[in-house]
Amino acid sequence: MAARAQPLTPGVWAGVLAALAVPALIVLTVAMLLASAGSFRLPGPVDWAAIRFTVFQAVLSAVFSVLLAVPVARALARRRFRGRGLLVTLLGAPFLLPVIVAVFGLLAVFGRGGIVNAALAWVGLPPVSIYGLHGVVLAHVFFNMPLATRLILQGWESIPSERFRLAATLRMDTAAINRHLEWPMLKSVLPGAALLIFVICTTSFAVALILGGGPRATTVELATYQAIRFEFDLSRAAFLSLVQLAITGSAAAVALRYAGVATFGAALDRPLYRWDARGGLLRAFDALAIAAATLFLVLPMAMVAGRGVPSLMALPGSVWVAAGTSLGVALATTGLVMVAAVAIGVAVLRIGPRGRLLEVAALSAVATSPLVVGAGLFLIVFPFAEPARFALAVTVLVNALMTLPFVLRSVIPAMQRVEDDFGRLADTLDLTGRARLRLVVLPRIRRQLGFGAGIAAALSMGDLGVIALFADPETATLPLQIFRLMGAYRMEDAAGATVLLLAMTFGIFYLFDRGIGRHAET
Amino acid sequence: MRFSVLLAAGLLTTTAASAQDKPTLTVMTYDSFVAEWGPGPAIETAFEETCGCDLKFVAAGDGAALLARVRLEGARSDADVVLGLDTNLTAAAAETGLFAPHGIDAPELSLPVAWDDPLFLPYDWGYFAFVHEESLAEVPTDFRSLAASDTSVIIQDPRSSTPGLGLLYWVKAAYGDDAPAIWEALADNIVTVTPGWSEAYGLFLEGEADMVLSYTTSPAYHLIAEDDPSKAAAAFDEGHYLQIEVAGKLASTDQPELADAFLSFMLSDAFQSVIPTTNWMYPALTPESGLPDGFETLIVPEKALLFAPEDAAAVRDAALDEWLRALSR
Repeated sequence: MAARAQPLTPGVWAGVLAALAVPALIVLTVAMLLASAGSFRLPGPVDWAAIRFTVFQAVLSAVFSVLLAVPVARALARRRFRGRGLLVTLLGAPFLLPVIVAVFGLLAVFGRGGIVNAALAWVGLPPVSIYGLHGVVLAHVFFNMPLATRLILQGWESIPSERFRLAATLRMDTAAINRHLEWPMLKSVLPGAALLIFVICTTSFAVALILGGGPRATTVELATYQAIRFEFDLSRAAFLSLVQLAITGSAAAVALRYAGVATFGAALDRPLYRWDARGGLLRAFDALAIAAATLFLVLPMAMVAGRGVPSLMALPGSVWVAAGTSLGVALATTGLVMVAAVAIGVAVLRIGPRGRLLEVAALSAVATSPLVVGAGLFLIVFPFAEPARFALAVTVLVNALMTLPFVLRSVIPAMQRVEDDFGRLADTLDLTGRARLRLVVLPRIRRQLGFGAGIAAALSMGDLGVIALFADPETATLPLQIFRLMGAYRMEDAAGATVLLLAMTFGIFYLFDRGIGRHAET
Repeated sequence: MRFSVLLAAGLLTTTAASAQDKPTLTVMTYDSFVAEWGPGPAIETAFEETCGCDLKFVAAGDGAALLARVRLEGARSDADVVLGLDTNLTAAAAETGLFAPHGIDAPELSLPVAWDDPLFLPYDWGYFAFVHEESLAEVPTDFRSLAASDTSVIIQDPRSSTPGLGLLYWVKAAYGDDAPAIWEALADNIVTVTPGWSEAYGLFLEGEADMVLSYTTSPAYHLIAEDDPSKAAAAFDEGHYLQIEVAGKLASTDQPELADAFLSFMLSDAFQSVIPTTNWMYPALTPESGLPDGFETLIVPEKALLFAPEDAAAVRDAALDEWLRALSR
C-alpha cells in the first residue's frame, strides 16, 4: 500500500498523533517522576531478583496460555453448536475480571477449602497447595488463556473459507490442512498472542504476590508500588518502569522476528464449512477441549457469583453510586479508545512498512505501570489544580491508554486484511478517505470493533488503577468501593458488590461484543 | 484523538474556586476513614456543628499511601490536617518538614505508652494480633510455639501494608538479633503474603489459613456488627506490638486556627466515642461513656511493644532485609 501514492490527510495525521501521544505520555510521566526525585539510587539485588522472577513467570504464563488455547480455538473454529456464540463471549470474561475477584474465585476452587481439595479429601488423597510459582501460572493462564483463544480463533477465521473448500476438493486430510493452512496461520498469530500475554503478565502484582506465597514472588510492579506508595522513592519507580519497558521491548523484538506473515490470498466472504473434521475421534477431542476449558473458566466465576448474590439486594447506597461512576468511566474510555484505535489503524496502514513502528509506539502502553503514569499525571496536574477534580478524567485517560493495545491488536490485523482483500477494488472505484472507511473497512471489521469496544469498556470497569491515587470520598469507582468495603471487614457487602461488578462487566462486554459485532462468530 | 486533546486541555485549566461564605478545613486521610461506614461522616457532622466551617475530607489509599501523597503535594498542598499516619511513619513524616507543632497540651491519654510528640497527636490505637476461629485447637502462645506448630497463617507484605510493617517491628522488638531465626522458623507456617490487610483478612474468612495478622479488636467487629462470637485473637507472651494512629497539622495550612480546633476536637468525646465501632480501634482517650459493649471480651496484652519513631525508622531497612532473606529461601 505504500506504493499507492495518497496524500496524508488530516485523518491520517490524527492517527499518527494519537499513536505518538502514547509514548509521549509515558516519557513525560517517567520524566516527571525523575525530575521530582531527589537522588538516583542504583537498583539492588532485591530489584534484580524481582526482574528475574517477573520475566520467568511471564514466560511460563504466556507459553502455557497459548499452548492450551490452540486446541480450544481449533475446536471452536471447526464446530458449530448451540450456545457457541455465548461461550465465545464468556471466554472473554476471565480476562476482564478485576484481579481480586479472580483470585477469590480461583481460591474457591483450588484453595485450601476449595472444591478440588474437598474432592481429593473425599477420595482419600492429600491436599494440594495452590501457593507457589504453579499458582501464579495457573492464575495467569486462567486470566489469559481465554484471550489467547479469542486471538487465535480470529486467526482461524481469517483463513478464507475458499481455502478449506479448495482443500476439500484436493482431498486433504486434517494433517495436510494443518500443514498448509493452519500452521502458517498459527505461525503468524501465536508470537503476537504470546507477546501480549507475556507483557500483561510482567505487570502482574497482586496475583503474583498472593498466589506466589511470599516475597519470592515479588514482581517489578510490586516493587514499583512499594517505591511509590511506601518509600516515596520516585527515581526507583521511574527506573523500574524503564526496566518494564525494556523487558517488553526485547520481547517485542523477539516476537516480531519470529512472527511469520501468513498470506492466504483474497477472500469472497463465503461461509465456512470444514469437510475434513467430520470424524468421530476429532469430534470427541474437540468436545473435550471445549468442555475442559469451559469448566476451568466458568467454575471460579460461578463460585464468586454464588457467594455474593445473597447480599446483592442489601448493598449500601454508595455502592450503587460507585457503579454509576464506573459505568460512566467505562463508556467515556470506550469512546476515546475506539476513535483513537481506528485513527491509528488508518495511519498505520496508510504509511506502510514504517507504520509498524507507529503500531509499536501505540502498543508500548501495555508495558507501562498505571501507577507510574498516574503518579506522573498527578505531579503534572497538581501545580495547576486540585487533582481530585480530575480523578475521573485522569482515570478515563489512563484506562484508554491501558486498553488501547488490546483494541489495536484486534483492529489493525482486521483492517490490514480488508485492505489486502478489497483495497484494490476500492482503489479502482476511487473510494478514499472517509467514504472508504465507512463503506469498505468499518463494516468488515465490525466484529473486531465490537470485541475491542467490549474489552475497553469491561477492562476500564474493573480497573482499580489510578483512581485510588486521585479519588476523593465522592468519586469512587466500583472496584475502589469493593476495596473499601473489604478494608472495613464488610466482606459480605464486598462479595455482593463484586457480583454487581461481575454482572456489569459481562453485561457491557456482551452488549458491545454482540451488539456492534452482531452475528460475529469469533 | 480530538477527545484526548480536549481532555489534556481540560487537565491544564485551573478551575475557579467556588465562592463560599464559610471557611473550609481540608483533612487528608485514608480511604476507610471517610467511607459511608467509617468514622468520617459522624465526625464531619459533629465538628461542623461547632466550628462554623465546612469540613472536607480528601482520601488517599491507606496510611502509607497517605504519607506518599503528602510528599507528592509538598508545601503546595491544599490540605490543612493529615490524619491517619502511624508511629512507624511519623519519623519520615517529621523529616519532610511539612508538619507544624500542634501546640496542644494533650490530656491524660488512654494509651499503653506515654505520649509527648510535638508534631503529632494520637486519635486511636490497637494491638496487632493473630486472629483465629474460636474452635482452633492449640492456639500458639508466642512466635516460637507458632513456628513449632503446623498452624497456618496469612500475613501482609511489610513493603506495601502497615500491618505487615507492624509485624516486622513486632518480631524485631520481641526478638532483636534472633528475629531472622524466628522468620526462618515461621516460613513454613506462612501460607502466603498479601499486599494489604483486606486481601489477607478476606482469605482468612474464606478458610485459607488458621490465623491471620490483624488486631486484637478484630473479634469485636464480628461480635458487635455481626453478632458472631466465633473469632478470637491469640495472646502472645512476648507482648503485642502497638499501632498508634496520629494526626498532624501541615505547616502550609491557610486555616491554622481551624486546624488547631480540629486537633482539640479530635480528643473530645464527640470524636472519640465514634472510633471504636467505626474504625474498630481503641479510642486514644476513652470517652465518658466507656467502651462499647463487647470490647470487654477482647484480650488485653500484658506487654505493649513499640519502637520510638526514630528507632522504627532506623531499624526498618535491616529488618526488611532479614524478612526478605528468610522468606525468599
